Amino acid sequence: MERLIEILEEIQPEVDYNTCEHLIDEHYLDSLSIISLVAEIEDEFDVTIPTVEIIPSNFNSAKAIWNLIERLEEDN
Amino acid sequence: MTYCDLTYLIVFLPIVILLYSITKKQHRSKILLLASYIFFWSISGNLIIYLLFSTLSIHHFGLWLDSIKKERNEKLKEVQKEEKKAIKELYVKKQRKVILLAVIIHLGILVILKYVPFFGKNINSLFGILNIPITLNIPEYLMPIGISFYTFQALSYIIDVYREVVKPDKNLLRLALYMSFFPQIMEGPIAKYNETAMDLYEGKKIEYKNMTFGIQRILFGCMKKVVIADRLNILIKTIFDNYTTYNGGIALLAAIAYTIQLYMEFSGTMDMVIGSGQIFNVKLPENFRQPFFSKTISEFWQRWHITLGRWFKDYIFYPLSLSKPLKKLTSFGRKHLGNHFGPLLAGSIALFCVWISNGLWHGAGWKYIFFGMFHFTLILCGNIFEPFTKKVTDILHINRQKMPFKIFQMIRTTFLVIIGELFFRAKGLKAGLIMFKNIFTNFSLSFLSNGLIVDLGMDKYDFIIVGITLLIVFIISVLKEKNVEIRENISKRNIVIRWAIYYSLILFIIIFGAYGNNYTPVTPIYAEF
Repeated sequence: MERLIEILEEIQPEVDYNTCEHLIDEHYLDSLSIISLVAEIEDEFDVTIPTVEIIPSNFNSAKAIWNLIERLEEDN
Repeated sequence: MTYCDLTYLIVFLPIVILLYSITKKQHRSKILLLASYIFFWSISGNLIIYLLFSTLSIHHFGLWLDSIKKERNEKLKEVQKEEKKAIKELYVKKQRKVILLAVIIHLGILVILKYVPFFGKNINSLFGILNIPITLNIPEYLMPIGISFYTFQALSYIIDVYREVVKPDKNLLRLALYMSFFPQIMEGPIAKYNETAMDLYEGKKIEYKNMTFGIQRILFGCMKKVVIADRLNILIKTIFDNYTTYNGGIALLAAIAYTIQLYMEFSGTMDMVIGSGQIFNVKLPENFRQPFFSKTISEFWQRWHITLGRWFKDYIFYPLSLSKPLKKLTSFGRKHLGNHFGPLLAGSIALFCVWISNGLWHGAGWKYIFFGMFHFTLILCGNIFEPFTKKVTDILHINRQKMPFKIFQMIRTTFLVIIGELFFRAKGLKAGLIMFKNIFTNFSLSFLSNGLIVDLGMDKYDFIIVGITLLIVFIISVLKEKNVEIRENISKRNIVIRWAIYYSLILFIIIFGAYGNNYTPVTPIYAEF
């Protein structure tokens, strides 16, 4: 989780990822940030994020992103 | 019949509501489907055949994909673990062929009906330039109204079935209703199957609250359309039709007026559409969220025609930008250009595809392609220059989170949108370029002092009425931006206040609406796309 927050802070530093739960809904992360984030997560955690998982509920908070990573790791 | 016609508002809709209310729950969806087909037939006549074909076709493709999936699951049960990967790959290939065929058929119909004349004419022009003595015979087809909307819904359904996000629907009636629900068939919103199909089919009871909320929203939308959009129509038509006569100041006035008209017409229609859905207890997705409060063009497109933007994002942008070659490009870019510029390489390719599609979706014409490319360039530049903008604001000690800077951003975004809409409305790309050039080379505000302003089709009272109504819409937009539930607040007031508000709104539309012999109402702009 700490590494994920580091990645998020590199991409968009102006957010408190421990509390924010509307990263997509409040436009903190736009489409290009998502591409960057997906590439970084895939490299770092050795998972593949399929297009169908790119939905707001999976990216609205650091916790939701972390849950997605854990789920994909289990699937692997 | 359009959503603001009296035929729809006081005949068609009330009859459907009445029939729906007196019908048993299990048959209500049939009433909605019948009403939807009557509505579609009234606007498209025999071209309803295209809608029927699309519906039957995606129903069939959905079941086809399902049968492949079932066959795959059966095979997977029979084989050892090490063979499963090969089986999965084999069936992925089979499913890909089916989805490709489905996309080619549905997109093919849209392309043939909408774009063949445009591409044919351009190929003939090219042959002419190159002195090639060939002239293609260009067929002209009649296109059903709303084809772009229901085709996108059909594609959304079938792609989601392929992705196994939704289960294929065996019930043809439910799928047909999802494709054709009368409030949204003409101008959207482009709903996803999961959002509306079940609610539409369930035949929920019409409740007093939904009925009143729906009617309020219809009236509000009607006010935007009849009082503002229709009243501005003559001024816009006069200037755009005679653009060579007027200077840059008037060209800018026309662009501003058209931007207001487009927003009021489209968002007003969406209010009527979503309000109509709400009466039947069906929640249609929102298409607008106060777009002129956007701080960037990118944000603007997350607040304007939201369901179209979402469609492009879900079915073009992400699949492309997360495809293997573009993922490799992103990794390469991040290594060599850093975390900001790196993803822009792949992102810009995907964005380009989105915006060329967006431009062409709006119409077969160079001005629409230009419109798409204009927004593509703005979004790309916005991203490229973001670090420099941040540095400049830091050096100047400007707080980007404070309201003055946000207001500056909103004004800048609105100005850029207005310029885009100038090209969108102009009589061709050349006319748009001339008007745009005039804004910078032949600008004058003399029309405000020499009386020309009231000689363009709108008199002083027209401007006052439009101004006051815009102020009402602006106040409501501010309240919505602050998450104030306006209709909930009204519903808590006593009956006298509530009905005073309803009657005021109705009277306002009747008194200040631009209808009758002196006015030409604007045709539903987005229905033409």
